[in-house]
Amino acid sequence: MTDKYTQLVNQGLGRNLAKKLGLPQPAFLRRYQPGQPLITGPVLVQGSTPGADSLASELLTWDLDVRRHAVPRERLGAIILVLDDVVTPEDLAGPVLVVAASLRDLGPGGRVITVSRPASDTADPAAAAARQGVDGFLRSLAKELRRGATGNGVLLAPDVAPTSPSALAAVRFFLSGRSAFVDGQFITVTGTGGDPQDTPDRPLAGRTAVVTGAARGIGAEIARTLHRDGATLVLVDVPAAGDRLAAVANEVRGTALQLDITTPGAGQLIIDHAVQRHGSLDVVIHNAGITRDKLLANMDEAKWNSVININIAAQLRINEALLASEHFRTAPRIVSLASTSGIAGNRGQTNYAASKGGVMGMVRATAPLIAAYGGTINAVAPGFIETDMTARIPVALRELGRRANSLQQGGQPIDVAEAIAFLASGAAGGINGQVLRVCGQNLVGA
Amino acid sequence: MSSVGQPTAGPAKTGSAGAAAVRRAVIVGGNRIPFARSGGAYAKSSNQDMLTAALDGLIARFGLQDERLGEVAAGAVLKHSRDFNLTREAVLGSALSAETPAYDLQQACATGLETVVGLANKIKLGQIESAIAAGVDSASDAPVVVSEGLRAVILDLNRARTIPQRLQILSRLRPKDLAPLAPGTAEPRTGLSMGEHQALTTAQWKISRAAQDELAFNSHRNLAAAYDAGFFDDLVTPYRGLARDGNLRADTSLEKLGTLKPVFGKGLGADATMTAGNSTPLTDGAATVLLASDEWADAHDLPKLAAVVDAEAAAVDFVHGKDGLLMAPVFAVPRLLARQGLTLDDIDFFEIHEAFAATVLSTLAAWEDEEFCRTRLGLPGALGSIDRSRLNVHGSSLAAGHPFAATGGRIVASLAKMLHQKGSTEGRPARGLVSVCAAGGQGVVAILESL
Repeated sequence: MTDKYTQLVNQGLGRNLAKKLGLPQPAFLRRYQPGQPLITGPVLVQGSTPGADSLASELLTWDLDVRRHAVPRERLGAIILVLDDVVTPEDLAGPVLVVAASLRDLGPGGRVITVSRPASDTADPAAAAARQGVDGFLRSLAKELRRGATGNGVLLAPDVAPTSPSALAAVRFFLSGRSAFVDGQFITVTGTGGDPQDTPDRPLAGRTAVVTGAARGIGAEIARTLHRDGATLVLVDVPAAGDRLAAVANEVRGTALQLDITTPGAGQLIIDHAVQRHGSLDVVIHNAGITRDKLLANMDEAKWNSVININIAAQLRINEALLASEHFRTAPRIVSLASTSGIAGNRGQTNYAASKGGVMGMVRATAPLIAAYGGTINAVAPGFIETDMTARIPVALRELGRRANSLQQGGQPIDVAEAIAFLASGAAGGINGQVLRVCGQNLVGA
Repeated sequence: MSSVGQPTAGPAKTGSAGAAAVRRAVIVGGNRIPFARSGGAYAKSSNQDMLTAALDGLIARFGLQDERLGEVAAGAVLKHSRDFNLTREAVLGSALSAETPAYDLQQACATGLETVVGLANKIKLGQIESAIAAGVDSASDAPVVVSEGLRAVILDLNRARTIPQRLQILSRLRPKDLAPLAPGTAEPRTGLSMGEHQALTTAQWKISRAAQDELAFNSHRNLAAAYDAGFFDDLVTPYRGLARDGNLRADTSLEKLGTLKPVFGKGLGADATMTAGNSTPLTDGAATVLLASDEWADAHDLPKLAAVVDAEAAAVDFVHGKDGLLMAPVFAVPRLLARQGLTLDDIDFFEIHEAFAATVLSTLAAWEDEEFCRTRLGLPGALGSIDRSRLNVHGSSLAAGHPFAATGGRIVASLAKMLHQKGSTEGRPARGLVSVCAAGGQGVVAILESL
């Protein structure tokens, strides 16, 4: 479902024309296929700290071609820049300039990954400056990368080593085609949790997952992706969408639960269904959501309330039931759909952005509650994704939305689903209360 | 009389006294597509399309993808000759394992209920562990048949060997032979439509227009309320843009129903009472019921809503006018109750198919008539009257519509859910009685019990 423009500029005449006219040249993104190597080409691990050494030796066990020194003009798959102990801004120069020398050797669909620590975790001004400097550096570098390459960062909370399970899981996610449309973003590893035994190809085997709003679009793709990753699925959507829901359920061998998530007791009904049919409930993906766009001056009560009720209030009620349930206790995972609209704002979407901002607030505040049960809650904030919904946007506006990111194209539903599957996995157990943007580094917003 | 090698584990015995060691058949749940008025949302859907859709919804609800079930039985009343293997073809088109066997069954409007009875019996005997009972009908996509004259000519042409023979055969064709025959619901032996037959019965039992309209009104009101309460959320899967039954008129009123002109019993003049409002319309739709042994349901972590206790079929001699065409259940129910040692008072929910409002009312009137019950049913007195608050409490065919063979599955799945919700009452399981009348003067009735 690549858009026509991307197809055009990736073949003979179109490619030359776009080059000559200086038009955007979006690349075909490298996406995950089960059975394919994590990444092709050597992985250069840059940095001289003990953290860099331990990470490099860990990556060797993944059967990667790990290099500690670049060979000029050898095509690289990825560059990992370990900056976990920078103390002053001057410390950046050495490793950064080594990367600069290797950047032209980075292949199509390549990866640059920084591993560093959050500025907020230090009281030392110089260290905070150095750490925050990584943020600005990485985000700018991501905008310079070409041919579907991306740049992302892993932030390690105090006491979290670069080889902690979730730090490794984040590095694996960023190296993989699963993160194709994640660009210029940081994932904070908040704890040392996470299952190091996770099987990378079927990380959700033996887990029962609920996906709301699963009848179509991103929800249906989440269902397919979690199924691919081994989960047993309960798919929820409103009764009126039941026929499409049944089709998705039959495709992924799950069970369909026709349920309006705003009805009282919806959380308990979901728990009961999952436990009776599948024996457990481990993962809940709050995907169901609606838009009722109006400028605030034209907003009525129904449009405001329906968006708030479905997009955030229902999630809060369901989470309350989940956290109270004895059946949601085995490394539970909640992943909620936020939106870049909730971060950067969007004209005509005051109600939607309020609800999605609400999701991010909820995720942050729920994180310590679910951590008490060894669980995590996180949000994924999609940018412009090619769906039935965005296909209805007027053509000029749609083109603008598509191209206004570092990858110069819209993301696919699978890109959102991959980020969700990652956060739902056992290995991501040390990532809690975070918001991960899947937006191709949208030029709007943070 | 258990079959050879069949384990006798589980709560094997049904409540029926003196029965051999048969085990229980349980209803796990059901799924149907909303029923559409003929020529409406499903005008372009075939029986196979609709049956497959209803099956796929059931499969999705209960996670039966790639499952090899014991057997699937279904049928249609209006059936194309090409659909000789309708149910098997629908199974092949569904998400079930292609190794699931299937058979077609046809008993007019009782088709759907009879598939439940037959498959439940197979489960009780230990022949199968799981089954889907179903029914489908399309009045929109009904088969159109060529005239007998044209048919004879075509068949003779096939057998002819020479050109002169063929010409001679063709010369037999008359213009009237070329007109297709539309499907009719007239009884072959009387030439009367079902509605005209019921009109005779309605007059015989002196069923008033007001009583019929009230029954129709309640049907619409009850069905609409059940939809609003979410009762059908796990019984119905939308199809072709329809999420509720197309015939449902949530806003109808006794006044509106009262304004409709009679359409049956035209010979009765001013005494005609049966209108389009208190008769079921031609309808398209499909319904399915998932049946299982206790062991199979438990092994698959599936719910158990109700048990299929017992069933009885009856037929009446309507040809000679001895009884009304649709009155067979009047005879079947007392026989079934007697075999189970029950009375009408032991039944918590009555599901009497509303072919016409007057059918239900004639049935009730017959059971309340001491003379009739003594002379025709061989009872000591009237069978009794039933508490109307227990009758068709979530609506029935007048509101939902009546795709002939799909009605049994609709009723059984809904009743099983109602019984499960009620649970036990007065220290016994809740009981429900299903009654479906059928063309040819037949009727099938069954008793379900809550689990």
